[in-house]
Amino acid sequence: MLRPRIIPCLLIKGGGLVKTVNFRTPKYVGDPINAVRIFNEKEVDELMVVDIDATVEQREPNYALIKNLAAECRMPLCYGGGVTSVEQFQRLVSLGVEKVAISAAAVANPNLVSEAASKVGGQSVVVVMDVRKGPQGYTIWTHNAGKATELEPVAFARRMQDLGAGEVVVNSIDRDGVMKGYDYDLATRVREATSVPLTIMGGAGSLNDIAELVRMFGVIGVAAGSLFVFKGVYRAVLINYPSPTQKDEIADTAQVAVQAR
Amino acid sequence: MIAIVNYGLGNVLAIANIYKRLGIAAEIVDSPQQLSSAEKIILPGVGAFDWAMTRLNDSGMRDQIEELVSGQHRPVLGICVGMQMMAASSEEGKLPGFGWFDAEVRRFDESSFTSKTLLPHMGWNDVMPRQTGSLFRSLDERARFYFLHSYYFAPRSDADVLADTDYNGPFASSVQRGNLFGVQFHPEKSHRWGIQLLHNFAEL
Repeated sequence: MLRPRIIPCLLIKGGGLVKTVNFRTPKYVGDPINAVRIFNEKEVDELMVVDIDATVEQREPNYALIKNLAAECRMPLCYGGGVTSVEQFQRLVSLGVEKVAISAAAVANPNLVSEAASKVGGQSVVVVMDVRKGPQGYTIWTHNAGKATELEPVAFARRMQDLGAGEVVVNSIDRDGVMKGYDYDLATRVREATSVPLTIMGGAGSLNDIAELVRMFGVIGVAAGSLFVFKGVYRAVLINYPSPTQKDEIADTAQVAVQAR
Repeated sequence: MIAIVNYGLGNVLAIANIYKRLGIAAEIVDSPQQLSSAEKIILPGVGAFDWAMTRLNDSGMRDQIEELVSGQHRPVLGICVGMQMMAASSEEGKLPGFGWFDAEVRRFDESSFTSKTLLPHMGWNDVMPRQTGSLFRSLDERARFYFLHSYYFAPRSDADVLADTDYNGPFASSVQRGNLFGVQFHPEKSHRWGIQLLHNFAEL
């Protein structure tokens, strides 16, 4: 039985790990390699690491750091941040990254998705959509929510799939760091329009929020930042992750969801 | 020494780190000279079929690998696209594979899916070995492995299948014929189960 993927998402800024709220006010939460070692021990399903400075500063990914992270990871690693070319996809895969995520580059140059897929394979091409809800509905933003686009996420996700992307990550700007639950409505719309693996991010405040997504969609990627790095109302930094038993309980609800469909 | 073939794709460092922690001699190799002392070979891989074959052909190591595997029958473990390269051909590309197995690599057929099934096949799934021991020694039914692929290895002979995985029907998640071993999943990214499998390969 294929299981839902429960994915910690780590943000890198200035070489350290941070966590944001609504994509702002980054708070330092620790050292990336140390975090990977802890997540290894907790046997996490996958890890996502996003360099939130790279695109804004128009610079290359930090290859030295990524190489160390990929070598340390005993689980699959998805890297995002500053990727704009097929050569960068290839270089990242050669460093041992299983999946490479793009966001602003997919908006600026959608053909990058198909070009990258022809080299590294579609399974390793991930498109992240940072989405904000406005009076006119949902739209995609880039550059850490600093730049608006006219793009509507459901149609964009479908287009990315058609271009060969192997996964779409839906990240809610409004819910980032708020810990009050995912945007289930947005997740439903994107799920119904696509047939690639999806990962939903932004808003997880408890394991119940994760279980709810799995109950709704069965096999799905469920990502969280704050939930896995903070503990308690004062947001003390403490890396945590569901136990194998808790994960099994969540996965069991996925089977029920599949059978009900 | 286990040679981890570095032809520019796949997580050679993660494999090397695991063997280092296990205290097993393994080396990342980039040249035919380094390969000559290999007792076993690991062919890792992440990527599209033609790109993988091209990178391997350009690496200058192909002849030496063929000699060690086909001539001297050294055990070889192909991982993901590294396994797929052991087939004769792939629907993903135009280039021929090694052809060590009478097999082709096919794309999962979405039209045959009976329920909403996503492609790529991405995530942790069960692997059911057809025999205990060998590559799957000490791996029970709770073992799970990480998959990331849209194409699967289809051997002509069912006898080549070492383990099955269900993804809207069974497919060969591991194959073996003599000294040739392949796994579709990523043992280097499958926590203790993957470490056990890599350990098993070293002890074959």
